[in-house]
Amino acid sequence: MKKIITKLAIASAFTTAMLMPVANAADYVIDNKGAHASINFKIKHLGYSWLTGRFDKFGGKFSYDPANISASKIEVNIDTSSVNSNHAERDKHLKSDDFLDVSAFANAKFVSTSVTEKANGNLAVKGILTLHGVSKEIIIDAQAVGEGKDPWGGYRAGFSGTTAIALADFAIKMNLGPASTHVQFDLHIEGIKQ
Amino acid sequence: MQNTQTEYGYVSIFFHWLAAFSIFALFALGIYMVDLTYYHTWYKTAPALHKSIGIILFALMVLRLIWRSKQITPEHLNSHSNLERKAGKVVHSVLYILTFLIMLSGYLISTADGRGIEVFELFVIPGFGSFFENQEDLAGLIHKWLAYGLIALALLHAIAALKHHFIDKDNTLNRMIGRRQKH
Repeated sequence: MKKIITKLAIASAFTTAMLMPVANAADYVIDNKGAHASINFKIKHLGYSWLTGRFDKFGGKFSYDPANISASKIEVNIDTSSVNSNHAERDKHLKSDDFLDVSAFANAKFVSTSVTEKANGNLAVKGILTLHGVSKEIIIDAQAVGEGKDPWGGYRAGFSGTTAIALADFAIKMNLGPASTHVQFDLHIEGIKQ
Repeated sequence: MQNTQTEYGYVSIFFHWLAAFSIFALFALGIYMVDLTYYHTWYKTAPALHKSIGIILFALMVLRLIWRSKQITPEHLNSHSNLERKAGKVVHSVLYILTFLIMLSGYLISTADGRGIEVFELFVIPGFGSFFENQEDLAGLIHKWLAYGLIALALLHAIAALKHHFIDKDNTLNRMIGRRQKH
């Protein structure tokens, strides 16, 4: 009898260990199925207004632990041909070799290299953005918006962030004028805990 | 005005040269407009003109086909060989088909988001949105490559006409420029 109990105890401890490989650092998948995430961009039009657009298709995952921020990681893959500025002729132009050249570079990617908490509580997400075949380090200024149980039995965490890139840094040569050399990104993601 | 057994009427001749001129002009304008810089004066005007002329040409091509269907086709010249007759017929049909496919694909680029096509700021041809994924890109590729094909074939057609005129010294080209033969 004692032997069986010991065996059970070992087995249950083993199973528990299997189910909880790393304590705390939770893994999340970005909820693109429910479209609770968006990758928006904006660029000045002639310097007189903002032109906005977004990437409709992307996916990714992150791990996040509020108690151990520096262990956080995020990786996002973007289908560049899903660029959408609500104007088919412009989108065709954006997908051409004047801009994203999606036939050559169908994917863009961001992989974080470090996440640090700043004095104001925001997160500095440093990582490599690969866009238009060019990989370059960028920093996303991010905020944790909230986390907790959802009403359907899951657990979610959400963030928003902003960053800006120079078109020239990613070898995008089209000249849109002196006021339109940089693109700003407005990022919103919600992840479902796995 | 009407075609006869031996000659093209002036209406047919007018339609032919109007289409020829418009197609080469649209091709040149198309090549020119896609490489304009953003601040160029013609950056917005050139595509607007290209689309307007394209829509007008479509209407004229439809009228041309209707006119053609109600006309007799002048007979081949006796000097034309069997091969020339067949090749000519095939080339003429393909020229028509390519022209319509290019106009259709152009329409599908500009209307992929449901926007209409404005014609000389006078009226708007309605758009019906996308019929397939990435419509503006696929239609764009088709539009470009069929245009290259049409221009190549039109040049072949022109070279053949010049060959008839200068080498065979027959009336093939004379019939299409309206130079009537003495009977």
